[in-house]
Amino acid sequence: MLKCSVGLLALSSLFLSGAAIAQEKIKVGVTATLEGTYTVLGEDGIRGHQTALNVLGKKVGDKELEFIIASTDATPDSAVRAVRKLIEQDKVQILLSPLSGDEGIAVKNFAKTHPELTFINAASGAQETTYVDPAPNFFRYNMDGAQWQVGLGKYAYDEKKYRKIATVGEDYSFIYTQVFGLVLEFCGAGGQVTNRQWVPLGTKDFASVIAALPDDVDAIYLGLGGADAVNFLNQYQQAGGKAHLMGGSIMIDQTILSSKGNAKNALIGTIAASGQADTWEDPGWQKFVKAYQDAFPPNKRFPSPSLLATNYYDSTMALILALRQVNGDLSNNQAKYKEALAKIEIDAPNGKIKLDSNRQAIGTNFVTEVVDDGKGALFSKVVKVIPNVNQTLGYDPAVFAKIGLPSRTVPECKKY
Amino acid sequence: MTRFIERHPAWALIVIIAVAVALWLIFAVWPPGLEEAVGRKRVFLNAVFNGITLGGLYFLVASGFTLIFGLMRNVNLAHGSLYLFGGYVGYAISASTGSWVLSFIVAFVLTALVGVLLQVLVFRRMEGQDLRQTMVTIGLSIVFADLMLWACGGDFYQIQTPNWLIGPIELPLLTAVKSSGEPVYLRYPLVRLVIFLASVAIGIAMWLALNRTRIGMIIRAGVDDRDILAATGVRIQVVFVLVFALGAGLAGIAGVVGGTFQSLSPGEDIRFLLASLVVVIVGGMGSIPGAALGALIIGLAEQLGSVYIPTYAIVVTFLIMVLVLALRPQGLLARR
Repeated sequence: MLKCSVGLLALSSLFLSGAAIAQEKIKVGVTATLEGTYTVLGEDGIRGHQTALNVLGKKVGDKELEFIIASTDATPDSAVRAVRKLIEQDKVQILLSPLSGDEGIAVKNFAKTHPELTFINAASGAQETTYVDPAPNFFRYNMDGAQWQVGLGKYAYDEKKYRKIATVGEDYSFIYTQVFGLVLEFCGAGGQVTNRQWVPLGTKDFASVIAALPDDVDAIYLGLGGADAVNFLNQYQQAGGKAHLMGGSIMIDQTILSSKGNAKNALIGTIAASGQADTWEDPGWQKFVKAYQDAFPPNKRFPSPSLLATNYYDSTMALILALRQVNGDLSNNQAKYKEALAKIEIDAPNGKIKLDSNRQAIGTNFVTEVVDDGKGALFSKVVKVIPNVNQTLGYDPAVFAKIGLPSRTVPECKKY
Repeated sequence: MTRFIERHPAWALIVIIAVAVALWLIFAVWPPGLEEAVGRKRVFLNAVFNGITLGGLYFLVASGFTLIFGLMRNVNLAHGSLYLFGGYVGYAISASTGSWVLSFIVAFVLTALVGVLLQVLVFRRMEGQDLRQTMVTIGLSIVFADLMLWACGGDFYQIQTPNWLIGPIELPLLTAVKSSGEPVYLRYPLVRLVIFLASVAIGIAMWLALNRTRIGMIIRAGVDDRDILAATGVRIQVVFVLVFALGAGLAGIAGVVGGTFQSLSPGEDIRFLLASLVVVIVGGMGSIPGAALGALIIGLAEQLGSVYIPTYAIVVTFLIMVLVLALRPQGLLARR
């Protein structure tokens, strides 16, 4: 009996001391896709996160930020598992999570079960995450997939004179959102989307998908990312594909443009749209690129930060700056901190970002074209910069709500 | 063959009709009604060819797996790691020397060497303890996966296809006839055909080696009863090492093939382990012709599924496995 109570006492004092230490530090949990198809994206996201820490420092008043990184594989259950582990085992108070679309929807729903904590989206871009039943403690400082396509449809129709296109995309929420943005604008301008093919995330053998591509279209839109995109391009080259291409935001990105081998050369001249452009002249962007390049040796990074690095940089920046505004005060279920996060406007490298009433970013979008720098490296060159893109893409909210949620077949190809 | 027809006339009839329909689908020009119902012939032909070539790759991985199991009753769950290791070695060689053919040779030799080490250092110590060996291979596969992640990172690698293999070639198969009467032939990536032919060649060589040589005879005897074989004075341990080296080397070659027409990244080891498990379960554990048949079925199911029922494509493979397990649990071509 005595032994038992002494043991209990020792155990509880251990827990108490653990809590005492936790108070001097602010623990932040970070998740990234460090496994599976999107490994490369997750790795560069973490590089962006570290660049932000290099620039901003880890001190908030007299408190020190401590970051704990957990790995996911782009599936929703892996994200929830990682977040739960960070909360329950590591006792984090703030989360910077997750990276991928389906993960985002799952983590947003999970966030509702922990209303006392704060969730800052790291990079995920499904529309549903903040558009349908948003969680009051979930903040997203990057635009969604549809916002990232703004400008592309019109540019393809007006400048490139494409009239009929077909799409190939990974079968999950983020790519649905990207195709949603593209179709809305391209069909709104008068174009036609004749065929939408969906492939499972993690597809290795695209040969049959490539064979099924229609040949009576002006261009083919690719909504693929990570290993899938590289596999597709490689097999596309082997099949002798020659069509004009258009790219989604993680397709025309350094994660693909700097992959090994020469299959990526099929992308030269491809038009795309994204939340960033590699060769933007803006001094803030150039400063960020420099900070990213200085933080890692050339063989451990891309020539220029990917969209994921930028997103992780921006969200880490919002996390730290808002925390400094309230001087690290996380009392009263982090009420003050959440208020600061909702109001903060950050001067991000890829343009100013503020949040709407759903805590979803309003930001700047870029239409780009892939160019060869003459030394074999590919970059996305700015064609057009579009500021103040909101989640309803400039539509009246009532009209936008009637279009429906992004899915395999929504939106229809017509003018709304 | 004739015996099969005599014994199961109804089944034989069904098989003959199915083969005839398949041949007609491949060689005839499709009538417009059919094209409307199931899509263009080009797509169908491509899916069939892709299925067959993918089956070739699966056969390379699974044949080593099934060979090792057949002789040593060792379910080597680290087989996928050997595949990935071979792929990485192949990439390193082809990137540094620029020679695609050399990368096959080096990958084969190095993975075979790893196989020898595994057999000598690990499996010999726990011979006959099937469960323990299986558990150890699971552990090894996790260790290997982490070591490779540490050495090569999470990046995806692609082995450069040599220039003479890039691009499509025209096959003498009609896909359509244009309105002007001009025939349109199937264009197909050359590299996949070459790889498929190579895997057929390897399969035939293996069959010949097993059925026409002395060492093959020893291995077949070992598969049937290894205790009696050992009692006849054959140095069974040497045979074990040799077979393990061959099986591992084949996985290494498959890694180079997979790295050429797909890509290499962490997680591929598990994917190919799973694929070869499904292939040998369908074909019959320990049987080389079974591995060939299983690989063909799974490859075709994956590719045709991804074109005609994309939503359920992943399920089809496992559905086939479930059906085989329910109706013929020993596998389609198993002897016992």
